[in-house]
Amino acid sequence: MSDMEETEGTESPGAPHRVIGTPPPSPRLLGSAAVAQEPGAVALVSDSEEFAEHVDGLPPDDPKVVVHGRRAERVVVACFLLTFIAGCGFVAAYVGLGVHTVDKTLRSNLALGLSMSVMFLALGLGALIWVRHLMPNIEVTQQRHDLRSDEKQRQATEAYFKEGTANSQFVKRPLVRRTLMLGTLPLLAAPVVLLRDLGPQPGTSLRHTVWSPGRRLLIQGLNKPITPAQFSAPGSMITIVPDGYEDDQDALTKAAVILIKFRPGELHIPTRHQGSTLVGTMNWTVDNIVAYSKICTHVGCPVALYEQTTHHILCPCHQSTFEATTGATVIFGPAARPLPQLPLTTDAQGYLVSKSDFTEPVGPSFWERG
Amino acid sequence: MSRPAVNSDTDFDVSKPLKGTAGWLDDRFGGARGVRTYLLRKVYPDHWSFLLGEIALYSFIILLLTGTFLSFFFVPSTTEVMYHGSYVKLDGIKMSEAYQSTLRISFDVRGGLLIRQIHHWAADLFVGSLMIHMLRVFFTGAYRKPREVNWLIGILLFSLALIEGLFGYSLPDDQLSGAGLRIFEGVLQGIPIVGTYLAYFLFGGPFPGHDIVPRMYIIHVLLVPGILLALIGAHIFIMFWQKHTQMPAKGNTERNVTGQPSYPYFVAKTSAWFMFIFGALALLATFAQINPIWLYGPYTPVAISSASQPDFYMGILEGSLRAMPAWEWNFLGHTVTFSVLIPFALPLGIVLGGAAFWPFFERWATGDKAYHHINDRPRNAPVRTGIGMAAIVFYGVLWAEGANDVLADFLHIPLYTVTWIARVLVILGPILAYVITKRVCLALQRKDREELLHGYESGIIRQLPNGEFIEVHQPVNEEKRAVLEAKKMIALMPGPGSEDDNGVPPPSSRGVLGKARAVANRAFAETIPVEADGHGNGHHGNGHAVTGEEHEAVGAPGSAALPPGEGGEE
Repeated sequence: MSDMEETEGTESPGAPHRVIGTPPPSPRLLGSAAVAQEPGAVALVSDSEEFAEHVDGLPPDDPKVVVHGRRAERVVVACFLLTFIAGCGFVAAYVGLGVHTVDKTLRSNLALGLSMSVMFLALGLGALIWVRHLMPNIEVTQQRHDLRSDEKQRQATEAYFKEGTANSQFVKRPLVRRTLMLGTLPLLAAPVVLLRDLGPQPGTSLRHTVWSPGRRLLIQGLNKPITPAQFSAPGSMITIVPDGYEDDQDALTKAAVILIKFRPGELHIPTRHQGSTLVGTMNWTVDNIVAYSKICTHVGCPVALYEQTTHHILCPCHQSTFEATTGATVIFGPAARPLPQLPLTTDAQGYLVSKSDFTEPVGPSFWERG
Repeated sequence: MSRPAVNSDTDFDVSKPLKGTAGWLDDRFGGARGVRTYLLRKVYPDHWSFLLGEIALYSFIILLLTGTFLSFFFVPSTTEVMYHGSYVKLDGIKMSEAYQSTLRISFDVRGGLLIRQIHHWAADLFVGSLMIHMLRVFFTGAYRKPREVNWLIGILLFSLALIEGLFGYSLPDDQLSGAGLRIFEGVLQGIPIVGTYLAYFLFGGPFPGHDIVPRMYIIHVLLVPGILLALIGAHIFIMFWQKHTQMPAKGNTERNVTGQPSYPYFVAKTSAWFMFIFGALALLATFAQINPIWLYGPYTPVAISSASQPDFYMGILEGSLRAMPAWEWNFLGHTVTFSVLIPFALPLGIVLGGAAFWPFFERWATGDKAYHHINDRPRNAPVRTGIGMAAIVFYGVLWAEGANDVLADFLHIPLYTVTWIARVLVILGPILAYVITKRVCLALQRKDREELLHGYESGIIRQLPNGEFIEVHQPVNEEKRAVLEAKKMIALMPGPGSEDDNGVPPPSSRGVLGKARAVANRAFAETIPVEADGHGNGHHGNGHAVTGEEHEAVGAPGSAALPPGEGGEE
């Protein structure tokens, strides 16, 4: 290869131009500058009005060219042989190496991938050296034709169209034209109508979750109810799912809740809307335990990060940040509304339960939300 | 009339079956001339930047091949199953069939992991190469008449590629992509009036439901690829029909196209290129893990991992969502949530809509209605290049903001500071980029002019008899001269200040649109003219030898121009 590089730079006076940004002139120097004056490669008919060919380089029987060609040929052949070997290796790896465990899969992936890469790269390299070092350096200049039709053709087409339109009576009989348009209108609507059963109408389903009076709070993962006494370490946060819907993804998308325990006096929860009236929500908490919706009011990611020292709840998707001590109000980020708060109480067995559903829609904003 | 062949190695016969088949076909279709002149001898100009579109084409072909393989094993269903497969860490975990079958492809199908990773890498390469290809076409002005339609098809292809990618990586129903899908659904809900209906119809009810995976699957494997294939066919046909553009060079004119013929040169080169791309993707798939869904686990709406990022081409949407301040209006009892709608529609709308609109705007502002088959060098179109750079900065800032948590962690600066920097930069950055790029372009034009008139700096220092040292300038060679002289001037339209004696402005610059056009035209027309002949006046005495046109241009009100006299040679 290095010899090939050295021959670069020899450019005959009649060499084709080199466009900046293209590879340097090919060093293969095949072909004949003398013959190059005659355009039209093997043309029995002449394409010479459209194509002009230039050939760069020394005559093919020049010793330099012969030596260079022989070397390049050897490299190309080596590349293609390597392709063959790699291809055989690929088949062998497929047959010989099993999968079904992580380690075996990785080994198989390595062997298959490596042999496949070598196969493609060697094939590409061989083809590239072939074209750059063995084929004569031919360059063609082709004439462009006008894209625009000439005026006569345009007028003739227009005239024919006009005649055809007249023959069709489309212009002359407006009643036919208009009833045709009217008739096809419902046809255009048909596909839209057909799509109606893709899903139910949203109705008010986005306003409600499965939380209802007396429904137990279950610790996500363990699926066990929890008493205020069991959740006694201030500063911690756990994820809660509603009893009876532990694995119901549709329900959990709206009903997932985070439970946070505060030290006495830390909580400053303001009032919340319940319907159109404002209510104090301190009595929605039990023993300084407060439940917020885990669904971000921005676009619905779970707000999964809680910083104990600052009492900040952070959504990892778009970094909406909520202040947990003041009713999950937004202190940074794109969310526009606080996280809804779930009213809590305890049942007869002392387990935490919801007092009611959320009093406002959870999750992302929507038009009908109001 | 017979001509001697260029190559004398033609003393062999075309193989009988090939000749026979070709003859059989020609008997029926008669394409000998067309095949020769349009296919075999189709001229491909040689320039590295012309390979970018080919990367996109070949990634797409690789996507079709690998995607077909994957579809043999993938089960597009969210039916819940208990996993007892080869990946023991997830043993006994409930998951969807989609996720289970993706695990099966990864761990139980020989070559499955490799093909899956090639598919994913190829998707990233597809979108990435489309971006760079579009930038090439934009910066060289290759979208100009007569190629506007192909430019629009390209933008459509790119938009579809984004949807195709989003749906593709959402199919395995893993934790990461499920979170992405939830964001998508949340954004859909936010669309005024029809949002909740759109979301409910697409997902077949409340999120996540059981319909979205099979629906995305059929859109991903049939609908969008079908449209992509048709549009790619149109794109390539139009490229054949209109022929390639070419870069400015000696011998290149608006009436010709120079390069190597399709057969055998381009066919061999492009096959090699295809092999290199396939080989590079195979190498990536072998050594660079991508989308290891088994590490993310199956999707559940209650969990998320921090530093979640979508594939890179969705980064601009993610970043826009992150950078957006919380704006929400209550409009007559309805919620309009700008903190979702603006990030969703505006940035991509500006970039893609702006790109679609640009050729027509440029034509309107420059009054240039000519055919263009020779591309511009980016420096010779400062406004276009400036706008392009501004778009890149705009896109880049929002894209980087999509990883603001990673950036904050990496740079050890507060997360909110990163977001604030992005909020400021997304406005300021493009303006700065435009101004700087335009100045740089004009400076490069001055250098070109300098080279053309006085030659290039040869590096040879000569001492004059009086002791003075000078550097010898040598005239540029023919090739370079052809490139430098290829610059075209944009005609200046009559603008403000060109009122006639009665104070009546010319018709073209009346009204708001007319005034806007005059201002835009002034910006486009600002240039450093190349005077190939009669350059004596520009010699040393006044390096800033400008024509009246440029004086007018740089002095135009509102244009951010250098004061006359600045920027000349020192």
